[in-house]
Amino acid sequence: MTYEAPVLEVEDLHLHFPLKRTLFDAIQRKQKRIVKALNGVSLEVKRGETLGIVGESGCGKSTLARCLARLYEADAGKIHYDGQEVAAKDAAALREYNRKVQMMFQDPYSSLNPRMTVRQVLSEALRVHNMRPPEQINDRIAELLDLVRLPQDAADKLPYEFSGGQRQRIAIARALSVEPEVLVADELVSALDVSVQAQVVNLLLELQDKLDLTILFVAHDLRLVRHVSHRVAVIYLGTIVEIGDSEQLFNAPKHPYSKALLAAAPSLDPDKRHTRPSISGELPSPLNVPKGCAFHARCPHASGQCQSETPRLRALDELGKVACHHAEALLSA
Amino acid sequence: MTQLDTLQATTPQKKKLHPRVKALLRPGFLLGFFILSSSILLAVFPWAFAPYDPNAFDFNAIQKSPSWAHPFGTDNLGRDTLSRVIWAYQVDMQIAFFATFFAMVIGVIVGSLVAYHGGIADVLFGRLVDVTITFPFLVLVIAVVAVLGPGLTNMYVAVTLVQWVYYARLTRAEIMTQMTSDYASAGKVMGYSSTRIIFRHLLPNATTPLITYWMTDMALAILLGSSLGYLGLGAQPPQAEWGVLIAEGRNFITTAWWMSLMPGIAIVVTGLGFSLVGDSLADVLRPRGAS
Amino acid sequence: MTNQNESLLQVRDLTTTFHSKGRVLRAVDGISFDVRAGEVLGLVGESGSGKSISLRSIIGLARDYGTVEGNVYWKGEDLLTQTDKQLQCVRGSQISMIFQEPMTSLNPLLTVGLQIEENLKAHTDLDRRARKARAIELLDMVGIPSASSRLKDFPHQFSGGMRQRVMIAIALASNPELLLADEPTTALDVTIQDQILQLLLSLAKDLNMAIVLVTHDLGVVAQTCDRVAVMYAGRLVETGSVRDVLKRPQHPYTLGLLKSVPENMPPRTPLYSVPGTPPALDALPKGCAFAPRCHKAEDVCLGTKPPLSVLGDGISSACHFTADIREEVLA
Repeated sequence: MTYEAPVLEVEDLHLHFPLKRTLFDAIQRKQKRIVKALNGVSLEVKRGETLGIVGESGCGKSTLARCLARLYEADAGKIHYDGQEVAAKDAAALREYNRKVQMMFQDPYSSLNPRMTVRQVLSEALRVHNMRPPEQINDRIAELLDLVRLPQDAADKLPYEFSGGQRQRIAIARALSVEPEVLVADELVSALDVSVQAQVVNLLLELQDKLDLTILFVAHDLRLVRHVSHRVAVIYLGTIVEIGDSEQLFNAPKHPYSKALLAAAPSLDPDKRHTRPSISGELPSPLNVPKGCAFHARCPHASGQCQSETPRLRALDELGKVACHHAEALLSA
Repeated sequence: MTQLDTLQATTPQKKKLHPRVKALLRPGFLLGFFILSSSILLAVFPWAFAPYDPNAFDFNAIQKSPSWAHPFGTDNLGRDTLSRVIWAYQVDMQIAFFATFFAMVIGVIVGSLVAYHGGIADVLFGRLVDVTITFPFLVLVIAVVAVLGPGLTNMYVAVTLVQWVYYARLTRAEIMTQMTSDYASAGKVMGYSSTRIIFRHLLPNATTPLITYWMTDMALAILLGSSLGYLGLGAQPPQAEWGVLIAEGRNFITTAWWMSLMPGIAIVVTGLGFSLVGDSLADVLRPRGAS
Repeated sequence: MTNQNESLLQVRDLTTTFHSKGRVLRAVDGISFDVRAGEVLGLVGESGSGKSISLRSIIGLARDYGTVEGNVYWKGEDLLTQTDKQLQCVRGSQISMIFQEPMTSLNPLLTVGLQIEENLKAHTDLDRRARKARAIELLDMVGIPSASSRLKDFPHQFSGGMRQRVMIAIALASNPELLLADEPTTALDVTIQDQILQLLLSLAKDLNMAIVLVTHDLGVVAQTCDRVAVMYAGRLVETGSVRDVLKRPQHPYTLGLLKSVPENMPPRTPLYSVPGTPPALDALPKGCAFAPRCHKAEDVCLGTKPPLSVLGDGISSACHFTADIREEVLA
């Protein structure tokens, strides 16, 4: 294996949202409540790969996506881009980072300004970042529409005239207009019907090859993530519990949570039914993350060590890392 | 029914009349539009419509009841009430505009900025709103006029000083709602400046309730201007202004009821015009596809 | 009405139309199916296919905003001809319904205990004490821990999954023979979805209750249903046992839907996707509704509406070229 320098490197990212204390809370002398959205996330994204990020709602996957797109400022931790630290001090570098890392959102009905035509949306992006001289802007818009397979007459229409799938294509075109290197897709196709999902996913894969893009694919649909990703990270309560090669992770998950998550996903094969839920209990509130391994309360293999000691994310083989005290034992069992 | 909405969304619209034009072709808007355009005409060209000089005394025609010669009757000095009501349009339409416009501009800018940037400015603004809405609006305006002295200009200043808070509060709430939409986040990710995001993206989507509120507010401003005129704090006699006219007629309410009633009707009709137009505009200005 | 004893519910030529701004939207276009006692029937389709409206039409919820025609026989009685008052005796007691949004289908101002007891009061003659005992029993049955202490809690004190459990408890309060479930797990995470589906299945088995499960997820159908009915543009295109339909689909639409799910295919290869978009509901094609998107379509498809015809082994399909599709699947 040749060593590839990661394009994005995230190191020990923390992000906590304090909830507003009401007067009533203050009188009751309740402690300030804090949503612990990210609790030390570290990962590397290699150039040209797709990294899938999966987990249940409230696990912090969207928060991570928004941190990478700099919609949220992390409390602690570092983000490196091409080996350079992305720091708040350097305005020009930040601007460049904002251009190179683009994000696409889940809700096709709110991610476009309802009062702007597609042409206005795209030309604004092109102008603000001086991507093209003014006289070439219309040509570039035509190119972008071609790229996302929208007809040319789409340019002068307003968002309400498009279906959900078409709107997501417009969002992709907007992201691509500034010629980014990294795309963060936050549940890009979750709101779409299966057949439309397939179209958008195909487009994304095609664009990735054509434009040499790096993609972070955040989604809760495991089948889709498996399909598009080279590597996958499983997140539970703001920490990565397992990360590694997609096929390996889906064929032989090592962390008990990854196992449960995969088992819960309904298979299309009616002969592969299970009669008992794959996992009991629910995701604890991010307001009070359990001590030790965050998963210990729901884990069938939990021991005393799991309740007191937070497991580190460590490599078991060259293809993946897992954060479980008993990973070796579970592997040999 | 969300299910029903998706059903309708999949059906292409038939292209006949532009839907916005169609939305305007209804009795409410047409009546309101007629009232407002006539009011503006009367305000701009009062001399063309008023049959008499509004300030000319006619001691042969004192407190005449409505007749063909004087459709709205005459007052205690023999001045033609119809002409005075018409000339008052000039003042009252001015009040409607100047007593609201600056408040709106200031309110919209401040409201957008505090909503977007938050922080200590937003907290301070919240307190200011609390303080302002605790006092009855009219009392606060009268207090400011009392300090500045009576007269139209001072009244504009007083109303603007108080009223901008209401506009800012409304704008702030609207912008906050819009900020939860992904297109605002998308703007940030694209690296747009906050000024661009606020004024190019968020504000245009927050205008619908603002315009409606502005229309209603103009109607209220006429009422307020008249109230202050009535109290002697706004327009000063012999300036023809509806509130002043009503105040002049109040001593003769039993003998010359038309002196107060006619300007009163003018206030009601103009106010109705503003709110009818406001209601229809709300529907028309809403972005297409939004419900 | 010859085989009424075999089926619990018989739906015949159910048609639901909505009138909006001079347009007529045909949301459900003459569908017929049976639900047998104790079976789990999946009603599957994409958004706008009319699956939810069908469910609502059966129980009389759609007639508030649309026109419902056809027949829905429940124990020999046609539910569509009954008044709202008569329907009340059936609704919530013999037939119950649960919805997609566990957040909005519970009253936020009443405790969970009260909401369960309300249903018991309406449909059973238990006294106050017995009602409370039964409420605890029900919460326990749907897997809510320390049930007796949670009766006094309000809906917002429950998580999404727990709320759906509460909804199920309310629906089960009067031992219904049929449960209509409208996307009950769509708003939930996979692990919670798994728990709720397993719960529904075990309850259906223990209480001998039939379920009509509306969903857009073929995986959910594969994992829970005995039989499945596939809807497209307000019509049924294929019905049959889950194994038959998912493993050997007879209708090109079902086939396309199955192929667009990325399962058991090499990663990062193009997914199949049915070209085009579903027809507008106020302009349904004269022939087969799927014809404009179908690679098999010929003149006959555009001109004649294919009937839902039985193909021997319990599978029915509405396609003029079923035999060809069968070859394609086997190939």
